[in-house]
Amino acid sequence: MGHVPNPRPSGDFRSTYADDNSLFPTRPAFYAMVAMVIAAIVIAPFLSEQLLFILISIGIYGIAALGLNVLVGVTGQISLGHSAFFGFGAFSSAYLSTNTGIPVLIAMPLAGLMTTAVGLIFGLPAARIKGLYLAIATLASQFILEDFFARAEWFTGGVYGSLADRPSLFGFILNTDLRYFYLVLFWTVVSYVAVSNLLRSRDGRALVAVRDHYLSAEIMGVNLTKYRVLSFGISSFFAGLGGALYAHYLEYVSVEGFTIILSISFLAMIIIGGLGSVAGSILGAAFIMVLPLVMETVASWAADIFPAMDAGKAYIKQMSIGAAIILFLIFEPEGLIHRWRLMRASWKLFPFST
Amino acid sequence: MNTELLFQLLVNGLIVGMLYGVVAMCFVLIYKSTQVVNFAQGEFLVLGAWVCLALVVDAGLPFFLAFLFSLVFMTLFGIVVQTVILRPLIGEPIISVIMVTIGLSIFMQALMNWIFGNNAESFPPVFGEVGFVTIGGLNVEIAYLMSLFLSLIIMGAFFYFFKYTRHGLAMRATAFNQQVAASLGISVKQTFAMAWAISALVSGVAGVVMGIVSGVSNSLAVVGIKVFPAVIVGGLDSIVGAVVGGVIIGLLENFAEFIDGQYLQVGNLYTVAPFYVLILILMIKPYGLFGTKDIERI
Repeated sequence: MGHVPNPRPSGDFRSTYADDNSLFPTRPAFYAMVAMVIAAIVIAPFLSEQLLFILISIGIYGIAALGLNVLVGVTGQISLGHSAFFGFGAFSSAYLSTNTGIPVLIAMPLAGLMTTAVGLIFGLPAARIKGLYLAIATLASQFILEDFFARAEWFTGGVYGSLADRPSLFGFILNTDLRYFYLVLFWTVVSYVAVSNLLRSRDGRALVAVRDHYLSAEIMGVNLTKYRVLSFGISSFFAGLGGALYAHYLEYVSVEGFTIILSISFLAMIIIGGLGSVAGSILGAAFIMVLPLVMETVASWAADIFPAMDAGKAYIKQMSIGAAIILFLIFEPEGLIHRWRLMRASWKLFPFST
Repeated sequence: MNTELLFQLLVNGLIVGMLYGVVAMCFVLIYKSTQVVNFAQGEFLVLGAWVCLALVVDAGLPFFLAFLFSLVFMTLFGIVVQTVILRPLIGEPIISVIMVTIGLSIFMQALMNWIFGNNAESFPPVFGEVGFVTIGGLNVEIAYLMSLFLSLIIMGAFFYFFKYTRHGLAMRATAFNQQVAASLGISVKQTFAMAWAISALVSGVAGVVMGIVSGVSNSLAVVGIKVFPAVIVGGLDSIVGAVVGGVIIGLLENFAEFIDGQYLQVGNLYTVAPFYVLILILMIKPYGLFGTKDIERI
């Protein structure tokens, strides 16, 4: 792949294994993380509805993108069917909470687990193939699952979609965006820490080994089939969890929401954010969420000058995503997180940096 | 069992399958010579059809002139896409290459929706009055026959090009081994550009033919997705396989529709059936019917 997952500037040595294995590379990194979460908790009540909506979307899609990044960025398997798993999580959670009486808050992780099961089923054939063939196989799974959603009326409500209630905690209903924001924040932090933790474990290193050179990995004693299927399972879990959060946020799930375009957007998020990077997934999700809004504003300005632009707003949004993918791949294939690292390194070496 | 309907559907399947085969051939051509999977193949097709339609309807050119101009346009378009977008990514991991064509595909989709609108439009009658001919008790539209005929011509031209021309030989050599080809004086860059140009050109022809047969709309891009089952069945790097795979998928689709309409009544089976076949083929014979199996060495 040609990129180092976690490059450090020269002179930053780790002298013990515990150091090298820490969840956060340095103490200040840990404090910065805690400070960001606390800041989010404190600031949230003062934000406007629209900003909260954007943040909640970033959280939800960020969780799913995180899952995809484990599969694509860390293990090097390509999936074009991530939105189908996202959708499966959404429908599972809606189904569980309406039909079985399981409280929504418990139904969400359960939906993640159900999606994991489906992901493992689709992951099994995927364990034998890779690269391009895998991309095409997951494309097929996208269409097969989409067709299933439209057909399985007992599960998804067919073309009518299904309703999903807002969750409640001991009678306290999370019925405002602010309350829901805290729930999404909680799951985002849990997912973030869980994936970071995975990457420093033996399993995480095995996944990276499978990506970098699968034959060498196998010779080193990494069970290829196990880890390929495992990474599918992990990625489906986060897709399902994100989907469940999405379902109960909108309170309604419909089949049309989970098309190939969403799968492509997920891939765009991790490419723009940075393949194989945990923070990059969230950054990429933020970029893809904010980009259409920026383009909308730009198109409105342009429409004042050229009225013909007005009709093209919706198209400009989609074009901007396509263009962002192409431009990032050509000019910054390592994503936003790489830019951030360069900036950080430049501050660190300040007077001597270029 | 309704034999007549089955027969009619199978004939349709064969004709549509030949067109799938042509598009699959373009796809394989790019894959074989440049190792790029073109997810935007369907959009190429639609672009060709729209450009030709716009020249006929808006510019008022006679059809054959418009057709010629749209072919020139598609050739240039293919070269531009290759040089501007794909060339910087030579040597990048496969996911980047796949993603860049996906990005191109959604960019082109939106742009074409914007410029040409969301509605289907049909060509003015090109082959005179649209009529039917009766073959063995079946009514076959003349446009369908023409498309079958054109597909055969394209396939013949491909065969001739690769077998008997200098450029075709250079392209086969590049597909076989880029370094060796370069050392024999073949310009790999030119060959890559030529592969994209030919592929875009032929996709454009297929797009115009499909536009004449069933109207031009952005939903024609679905063919770009149908191509995947076809090439997987045939083997990703085999031109013959692409044709065979295309015909198989075309027949299969129509057969699935027959089974669905007559017995199962599940609806919509014909759009998903190729994907089930795709998964099945990947599980039992991942290199397809005619593909070469890679052998990896450390």
